[in-house]
Amino acid sequence: MTNHPLTCKEILQQINLLIDGELEAELCDQLEKHLRECDNCRVVVNTTTKTIELYQEIKGQDQLPEDVRKRLYLRLNLPEPRRDL
Amino acid sequence: MDRQSTGTNDISLDALRSGSREAFAQLVERYSPSIYRLALRITGNSQDAEDVLQETFLKAMNALSDFQGRSSVSTWLYRIAVNESLMLLRRQKRANTIPVELENDENQDGESETLEIEDWCCLPEKELLSSESRAFLDQALNQLSPRLKMVFQLRDIEGLSIQETADALELTEANVKTSLMRARLKLRELLTGYFHEKLSGRAA
Repeated sequence: MTNHPLTCKEILQQINLLIDGELEAELCDQLEKHLRECDNCRVVVNTTTKTIELYQEIKGQDQLPEDVRKRLYLRLNLPEPRRDL
Repeated sequence: MDRQSTGTNDISLDALRSGSREAFAQLVERYSPSIYRLALRITGNSQDAEDVLQETFLKAMNALSDFQGRSSVSTWLYRIAVNESLMLLRRQKRANTIPVELENDENQDGESETLEIEDWCCLPEKELLSSESRAFLDQALNQLSPRLKMVFQLRDIEGLSIQETADALELTEANVKTSLMRARLKLRELLTGYFHEKLSGRAA
C-alpha cells in the first residue's frame, strides 16, 4: 500500500472488504481516517451497510408457509419433525 | 456483521449417507426455508418455488449415497436448487423472463458513474421497514440480473461465505466478489432513490 491518501474511488473499491470487516489493519486505519473526513464516502458506506441490514431483517417474513412444509414432508414420505428444534 | 452458521455439523453425514430418515428430516427442517426463499427469488412465484423445493430434496435423497463431500451438504443442496430453478425457467421459456443463464453481466448492472448521496439511515425503523418499504426492497432485488440476485441472496441474506456462494453457483470466488459489490451498490442506489422521497416528504 502506498502512502498517498486514499481517493474516494479507492474507498469504494474496498467497500466489500470494509463492510465485511475483512480489511487489513493498516488499510483499515487509512480508510477510517478518510471516512472521518469525507462525508460522501461515509454516507455511501453507511447506506450500503444499512441496505444489507434491511434485507436481513425482512428475511424473517419469508418463512416456509405451513402448507408448503406439510406437502414437502408428504412428498418425501418423511414424518414431520417436531417444530421445537 | 454477524453471519449465521450454515454448517451441518450436528447432522451426521454418515447417517445421511446410510439413509437415516431421521437425519434427512433434520436436513429438510434446517434448509427448507432458505431453499424455498432462494427458489422464490429465482422463479418469482410460489408454485414454482414449491416445485423446486420438492424436487431439490427428492434429488438429494436419491443422490445422497453418491455425495462425495467435496463441498458441504448445504452448498450441495443450494446447487441442486439453483439448477432446478434455472431448468424450470428454461422449460417455461417465459417471454418476459430475462436470460436465465448465469451470464457474466459485466455491463448490465454496472455501477453508475455518479453515486447518489443521501443519508437515509436516520429514517425511523418503522418507516424503513413499513410494508410499503418491504415491498420496495423485494421489487428492487428483483430488478437485478439473475446472477447478482442469486449472489446477494446467498451471501448477504442467507449468510453463506464467499466460497460457499461460489460453490453453490459454480462461479469463481473472484466473480462472486465482483457480483456482490455490484449487487450491493445497485441495491443501495435503488433504495436511496426510494428513501429520498420519504426524506423529502418529511422535510416538506
